[in-house]
Amino acid sequence: MFKSSRFPIYYKGHPRMFVKDKPIFWWALKWVHARFIIRELTSVPVAFYAIILILQIRALSLGPEAYANFTNWLKTPLSLSLHVISFLFVIYHSVTWFNLAPKAIVIRIGKNRIPGLVITGLNYVAWAIFSVAIAWLFLNLDNLM
Amino acid sequence: MVSKITLEVFRYRPDQETQPSFDSYEVPCEKDWVILDALNYIKDQIDGTLSYRWSCRMGVCGSCGMMVNGEPVLTCATFLNKFLPGPVKIEPLEHFPVVRDLIIEMSDFIGKLQKVKPWIVRKEEKSLEDGEYIQTPEQLGDYKQYSMCINCMLCYSACPVYGLEPEFVGPAVIALAQRYNLDSRDQGKGEREEILSQDDGIWQCTFVGECSEVCPENVDPAGAIQRYKVAATNNWWKSLLMPWGKSE
Repeated sequence: MFKSSRFPIYYKGHPRMFVKDKPIFWWALKWVHARFIIRELTSVPVAFYAIILILQIRALSLGPEAYANFTNWLKTPLSLSLHVISFLFVIYHSVTWFNLAPKAIVIRIGKNRIPGLVITGLNYVAWAIFSVAIAWLFLNLDNLM
Repeated sequence: MVSKITLEVFRYRPDQETQPSFDSYEVPCEKDWVILDALNYIKDQIDGTLSYRWSCRMGVCGSCGMMVNGEPVLTCATFLNKFLPGPVKIEPLEHFPVVRDLIIEMSDFIGKLQKVKPWIVRKEEKSLEDGEYIQTPEQLGDYKQYSMCINCMLCYSACPVYGLEPEFVGPAVIALAQRYNLDSRDQGKGEREEILSQDDGIWQCTFVGECSEVCPENVDPAGAIQRYKVAATNNWWKSLLMPWGKSE
């Protein structure tokens, strides 16, 4: 029946109106909503990566032995599987984010609006360049030092 | 021989019952019938007590929005034979209180719409001698898409955020605010910002994107909200870095 807390403005003169409550698992009833909730949940793996990084810096500050212990932990099956899962979630997050970018960004050159595909494409190109540059930097760090 | 199809129609008669129920009606499934034609057939031939809103029956007035098999649609723009062999479930628009049968109470939407001043706001009107406010086709193009909104409220039914947080200003109202914000003749951005930039404004939107999917006029409210988020963030930075500057 009608919940006054949900629509206080309606309740006043109309106590007989019917309001359907949203079930707790509303997001499981439609694929688009489930997809959206999965995207929201990708924030957890992102936080996981951030925590790992903080712990790594902490291990580094505690000396070589602590750091070796930490890198050994990184090699355990538990850590590896957590990283693989997080990686997939973060990829999902990034891909959906780039695909949404043209909705928020409207760029005009002269009279023409740049098509959405170009904006998405430029985001992917920038992503690839940064990824390759960072990978190259880390793989060649020993040579550079 | 015309095939038949069953409509399961949501019924709620507050004078007779406290809980809604579904009534089944068998109607002919004519080739060129839309859902609204079937409802009119029920009203005329089977059960005159069925209540619902409709007017133009050509996708312009935005009155006949309902949930058909769980999706918010304009019933005048949805063919019946698409749902053969049936049955088809017809319910009132979701997320709104139901007054009776398929009729929803919409004053929440209307109230929010008025708050964002969906008209051209001028600080100073030009005098008649100065002539009209000239606009180029490009300037028109900036907001034309958002001006196509017919206030059908399908986007409110599609938006899970509005379903969970009824205080949310909502997709169509933000799109219509953007229609005037992006109009070269308008000077009311600052006044609308007070409503749009608050917690119940754009920041409630988590970009589910369903509002744009169901929009019968391709207004793309999700796009309007994301664009406004970018503009509001830019304004915030500007006011932080240059507090002496005037916000638009």
